Amino acid sequence: MTACLDISNLSATLSNGQRVLRSVSLSVEPGEVRALVGESGAGKSMIGKAVLGVLPPSVKIVEGSIRLEGADLGALSAKERRRVIGAKTALIPQDPLTALNPSRRVGPQMTDRLVHILGWAADRADKRVRQLLDEVHIREPDRVMRAYPHELSGGMRQRVLIAAAFAAEPRLIVADEPTTALDVTVQKQILRLIAQLQKEHGTAILFVTHDLGVVAKISQKVTVLYAGKVVEEADTAALFADPQHAYTRALMAATPKYTDPLASLMPVDEAVLAGLAAEIAIADHDWRPSLDRKSGHG
Amino acid sequence: MAEPLFKVSGLKVALPDMTRKPLVGRAPLVEILKGLDFELPRRSVTGIVGESGSGKSTLGRALVRLIEPSAGSVSFDGRDITHLPDVELRPLRRNLQMIFQDPMSSLNPRRTIGAIIAAPLKQNGLGDNIGARVAEALKRVGLPEHFAKRYRHELSGGQRQRVGIARALALSPDFVLADEIVSGLDVSTQAQILTLLEKLADEMGLTVAFISHDLSVIRRLCRQVIVMRNGEIVEQGPTDALFADPKHAYTRDLIAAIPLPEIDGDWLKAG
Repeated sequence: MTACLDISNLSATLSNGQRVLRSVSLSVEPGEVRALVGESGAGKSMIGKAVLGVLPPSVKIVEGSIRLEGADLGALSAKERRRVIGAKTALIPQDPLTALNPSRRVGPQMTDRLVHILGWAADRADKRVRQLLDEVHIREPDRVMRAYPHELSGGMRQRVLIAAAFAAEPRLIVADEPTTALDVTVQKQILRLIAQLQKEHGTAILFVTHDLGVVAKISQKVTVLYAGKVVEEADTAALFADPQHAYTRALMAATPKYTDPLASLMPVDEAVLAGLAAEIAIADHDWRPSLDRKSGHG
Repeated sequence: MAEPLFKVSGLKVALPDMTRKPLVGRAPLVEILKGLDFELPRRSVTGIVGESGSGKSTLGRALVRLIEPSAGSVSFDGRDITHLPDVELRPLRRNLQMIFQDPMSSLNPRRTIGAIIAAPLKQNGLGDNIGARVAEALKRVGLPEHFAKRYRHELSGGQRQRVGIARALALSPDFVLADEIVSGLDVSTQAQILTLLEKLADEMGLTVAFISHDLSVIRRLCRQVIVMRNGEIVEQGPTDALFADPKHAYTRDLIAAIPLPEIDGDWLKAG
């Protein structure tokens, strides 16, 4: 079976040559949720951006490949690549307030993608969006679609974006910290909603988060990143039962747990960080990008 | 048992609602805090938890009198400070310190870390030997002395928050308000900052009001908890008791909504 998303040996550098992704490989099977977890600077959002083809101009992919259902994005022309990414993927962003245009009503923003990128007729797009709003338990679709973003609560805005993401039946959704800005009770509702829709639509999700609690509840597979390098990769259940890497264990011990306060909030041991630094030094030693790919990707 | 440091009764705060302000004339008032009664015991960390809009930050600001309450009373160390004018508040300020959520916006980008920490010392007549005092404050939070010459943008998020703590504690205050001080930080940094705060609170005998949206953090750090919702206290008590047997449905909801880092297939379905 072809993986929905297959990232192989991906390296990226900044314009000054500093490496920000270090030979990252990961895959997301159809209908599966893979969590991408790490701290700030780990490169987790950058991987999401690379998949969506929206890396900032300062970041260059210098090695490796990204395949969406078998299609190698690096081997496509810019136009083809945009078409493939547009047809197969969608994003659920972290902050729905900045993702939505404040001066436009919500409805047209939801149908934009369907009409302008996928070429649907306006009434078909409208019908589809209403159906999805119903699936995310929005009971007054007319009011919501006529509203401006600021007229909706944070949880409501996130529902709108979830509906918009699923509306075009993407094969893969990149969810970039979709619940980080939300209150904990709203977060739970939103996670439940994403899990439900994911199952019903059979969508694969690359779920970017810094929160191991969220990882445990939403994902089947997990990749732990540190400084742009994969430190551990496992089935989620296996990772929590028996974390292999010292950094994974340190992250778990640093995460607060109300059920076990004394085993919570343990600062990460210096030795663990020194070990990671050594691993990265070894990975970077003698590393030369094999510049065998088409330039301009990402 | 010693007198509590803060005694608050019937505390109400109303602020102008700018979204409903008429073109001419005053904005109508909206009640943010609707009559709160509680005490903050000395030398103890009290957690104040609630979701956004619950009034927890407003409550904190009323305690350190950045906002004047519209009704009720706030007594600090036996003295009524509810409506104390600025002139009379000033000598008390050194004992009412605050650590802010975002050190990126609460540290002046154009001044060195040393100057930022020195400012409150100088203001309170401790300007002599200032270099040594600043070095001492930095050392207390685990930063090397030469950081005094650096600027905000040269520091990591965790280091910045250490500076925020150093500034608040430079005057050895009785009371510190910590408002969401780790919410922008990574878990490993969060753990360091909270361990530091816990240690310093213990060593210096601080009374701390720790405002947070995260009950897991409060569970670890605080001896008692106040749970807020819509400007009211729904439940308060010792942390152990509150977690062992939460009385109010809202408290139970809050606890149940925390995603624990462990596998539980039923969690998403429940509640």
